[in-house]
Amino acid sequence: MSLLAGNPLSVVALPFALALLIAAGGKKFVSITQWLAVVAPVAAALAGVGVLASSVPTAAQDVAWLSQGGSVVTAGLAIDNLTAVMLVIVGVVATCVVVFSIGYMADDDARPRYFALLALFTGAMSMLVMASSLVTLFIGWELVGACSYLLIGFWYRKPSASAAAVKAFLTTRIGDVGMLLGLALLWRVTGSLSIPEVLAAAPEIGAGIVTVIALLLFVGAAGKSAQFPLHIWLPDAMEGPTPVSALIHAATMVAAGVFLVVRMWPVFEVAPIALDVVLVVGVVTAFFAATVACVQLDIKKVLAYSTISQLGFMFAALGAGATGAAMFHLTTHAAFKALLFLGSGSVIHAVETQDIREMGGLLKKMPVTGTTWLIGVWALSGLPLLSGFFSKDGVIASVLHAAPLAGYALIAASLLTAFYAFRVTWFVFFGSYRGSAHPHEGGLVMTAPLIALAVPAIALGYFSAPFMQSLGHEAEALDPVVAGVSVTVAVIGVLLAAALYRLGVDRLETERTSLGPVHGVLFSAYGVDSFVTRFLVAPLEKVASWFYEVVDRKVIDGAAEGTAKLTMLFGRLASGLQTGETDVYASLLGVGFVVLMSIAIWLGR
Amino acid sequence: MLLSAIVFLPLVGAIASALLPKERASAARWIAAAVTAVDLALVVWLLIGFNVAGGMQFVENRTWVVQVGIEYHLGVDGISLSMLLLSALLSLVAVVASWKQDTKPGAYFAMLMLLEVGMNGVFLALDFILFYVFWELVLVPMYFLIGTWGGPRREYASIKFFLYTLFGSVFMLVGIIALYLQGGTFDITALAGMGFPATFQWWVFAAFFLGFAVKVPVFPLHTWLPDAHVEAPTAASVLLAGIMLKMGTYGFIRIALPILPHAARQWSGFIAALAAISIVYGAALAFAQTDLKKLVAYSSVSHMGFVMLGIASLTPEGINGAVAVMFSHGIVTGMLFLLVGMVYERTHTRVMDDVTGLSAQAPVAAGLLAFASFASLGLPGLSGFVGEFLSLLGAWKSGIPAAWVVVAAIGVLLAAAYTLRMVQRVVLGTPSKAVEGIPDLNVREIAALLPLVALTLVVGIYWDSLLRYVDPAVRATLALMGGS
Repeated sequence: MSLLAGNPLSVVALPFALALLIAAGGKKFVSITQWLAVVAPVAAALAGVGVLASSVPTAAQDVAWLSQGGSVVTAGLAIDNLTAVMLVIVGVVATCVVVFSIGYMADDDARPRYFALLALFTGAMSMLVMASSLVTLFIGWELVGACSYLLIGFWYRKPSASAAAVKAFLTTRIGDVGMLLGLALLWRVTGSLSIPEVLAAAPEIGAGIVTVIALLLFVGAAGKSAQFPLHIWLPDAMEGPTPVSALIHAATMVAAGVFLVVRMWPVFEVAPIALDVVLVVGVVTAFFAATVACVQLDIKKVLAYSTISQLGFMFAALGAGATGAAMFHLTTHAAFKALLFLGSGSVIHAVETQDIREMGGLLKKMPVTGTTWLIGVWALSGLPLLSGFFSKDGVIASVLHAAPLAGYALIAASLLTAFYAFRVTWFVFFGSYRGSAHPHEGGLVMTAPLIALAVPAIALGYFSAPFMQSLGHEAEALDPVVAGVSVTVAVIGVLLAAALYRLGVDRLETERTSLGPVHGVLFSAYGVDSFVTRFLVAPLEKVASWFYEVVDRKVIDGAAEGTAKLTMLFGRLASGLQTGETDVYASLLGVGFVVLMSIAIWLGR
Repeated sequence: MLLSAIVFLPLVGAIASALLPKERASAARWIAAAVTAVDLALVVWLLIGFNVAGGMQFVENRTWVVQVGIEYHLGVDGISLSMLLLSALLSLVAVVASWKQDTKPGAYFAMLMLLEVGMNGVFLALDFILFYVFWELVLVPMYFLIGTWGGPRREYASIKFFLYTLFGSVFMLVGIIALYLQGGTFDITALAGMGFPATFQWWVFAAFFLGFAVKVPVFPLHTWLPDAHVEAPTAASVLLAGIMLKMGTYGFIRIALPILPHAARQWSGFIAALAAISIVYGAALAFAQTDLKKLVAYSSVSHMGFVMLGIASLTPEGINGAVAVMFSHGIVTGMLFLLVGMVYERTHTRVMDDVTGLSAQAPVAAGLLAFASFASLGLPGLSGFVGEFLSLLGAWKSGIPAAWVVVAAIGVLLAAAYTLRMVQRVVLGTPSKAVEGIPDLNVREIAALLPLVALTLVVGIYWDSLLRYVDPAVRATLALMGGS
């Protein structure tokens, strides 16, 4: 444990080596090598636990990648408590996901690629959270993006999968451009990209510039964490295998944006305008995505919009200055949302569809999946006693305190959360089965991870005090008023869902007719996607081909060739109407050369 | 003597293979492989003996034409070393990739080796006349490679290429002579830091700018490039994009900056603007392409814009970044052109919509194409990111208006857009008719690509492996400019 904790590099190198090994083993050895993929996240978790237990941060392992006299571009890794928490989250969730995948992907031919990518992702994500230099952080940041791309497009023969992969990479890269500029600006004003040095210098930066830096970094965070309007890639990312969605698109990578803001907190702390932006974006996203989740018919789409919404809760907390609450919600969310995604994977594996209209009554047929799912939605809805209740109350209380209006919006979003969580639960697990498959529980490799994740989803809430302390925050007592209000709205949400949907599938039709045009708006997620396609992507494609066909080929090339023809004519006259092209060029060059030489001689007098 | 050997060994090979009797002409490829391999070994030997902090090394300086003071002056520093390594490596790769060339092989391989003479010479020459001779020497074999072994529109493309570059080099010659008349020597190292009058510097810089910018190429002087690439045989494309474009940016760093520092500062805003436009414009046009080779060609315009941006910053980060992009673009674009060529040999088409689903049919080719694409779009951890990142750092640190830096950064997004769209069509999806049944890469083809893959990883993971050579030379250059 201390060996790993003391050598952050090994936590990155080990998964990369394992990825190579798994890939090299190929199909022949995959039944053995797939288990090796478990080693990578276990190592990450152990390193995290090692640091948390000893509460001694490891010294940074820094390497100079380019020394420039006083200023040095360094690459480095270190583990402090914030990192350790992230490592434990990544490690635990990834372990469960890898084990679950051994069952879920058992029939897939491309398992070596799959497990190699999972190991690679674990290494890259560990690098991201352990970075002591913004260069290392950015490398990890982009590598997890690349892994995400490769895993979303895992079933690459499906056009929708490859399109979703590209969309995910490009949308997050919009954010990365902002982040890149933010890093360049930090380098300009502080002369360093080492995180401790930059953070130490943050209070000295002028108010205007620090706001710009914070906003640029936030653009990067918003891209990665799918915040409005850069959220459009996450629902499409559900094209990837479901365990991947649990790991990358629910628990870890999409939370990296929240982590980034917490990591760079001293920069944000001195930029109140930027924090206001973070708050507004977070609240808008939380509410907007929750409304969309209420009408989706694809079980993974519900969870995807739910994830966007919950990430919005975390950013809202950050905007309100409550980094502890945001990190705590990140942690509990990682547990219960990974649980829900794996649960949905178990369901999809059993019923071979993602459409909730073709499910139903699965609680009886799949008791482990059903029970753990109920634990997951209980936590997600913020109902009392489970983890989500404590972490969400922390978020709402802090936002209410900082900006009451935003707090009310979050309370409304909480109501919607409970509503959509239980709407989908009724349809999948209660009533009678409406599909044609023969649903049954997967093997132990699939049920054990569900049980393992259910434990933190239940219990994490009671560790709020030590959690806060390890991150250097005061442990806060539950605000009884906030708790009362949020429990009330959650219960209302659950009852609403129960009242409307208890009766069965025909209510989905009622839903459409009674909501009228609103249903269409919600179902298409307010049309942001088609807006982007119609008013941004399509015109850009037109502009690009116009530039090629008109500007480049006709105007620029035409001008150049026109000049050439003109001079050729001139040359023909000058050389007594010779017809051979080469002669014309030669004489033209001769004339030009003499003229230019005269200029040169005149210049050099 | 080592540098002379590196430059002229390929000349021996070129003469030998040109003299081969017709019926034995296919032996030329063995001569070419041996000569380029030995030449690469010599460069590696040079690399081992090179002192990172030693400035200009392995200098050879003899009088050549006494009457006008022309010298035979060669030397190598960290910047030229990195370019020399690229040149020697890509020459060998080009030979291996051309193994199946059976149209006039004697002449073909002679041209490839002659090209290497010119390229090596440009990066090592420290005398202006010598530099100019090598510079022009490069044109001839490339003209014939495109014009003789090229595609259907080869004559148009080769003449266009020749005229454009000749147009540029005439201006360069004017600049050289003006410097000689003012400074009294053709010695590049002696002219550096002489401190010429400001107006004179401005005009001479303008002349050099035209000469170098055509070669880079900088917008709007780039239209020869896509035509040349589309018609050129694969090996010529690799060397054209991999090495010859770098001659232009190398000229800026080796000549224009240290000799004309005052003008360089005056011109930097203008160059930065053109660089930013090249980045976005090249990327947008790459996005509009349906032909794989044209896509890679326009992407080169975009990537070379990052080199120019780094140079225009006149900061250590920026110029280190510029050289890093030059190096990375050489290996990565080399890979891309090789792969496009290998796919073309099998499918006889380069139209993206006709070449789809490579993964399912030829996984090695598909995997390497995806790898090269990610390196090209600047994925951190691979070589492409290093230089672009440092160029941006340098650009924003210098006085370049923030707007141009932002425009350049948007280029990073566009690069991902056109590259991933290509990957989506060509690598992913289901195999098209043309792709069905094609064989995967053979051992020779993989061997040609592997060294480039390895370098992409090494430089990307450990930047210092390249920058330890480049940085001291960059700082020496900036010191010659008088601070900054």
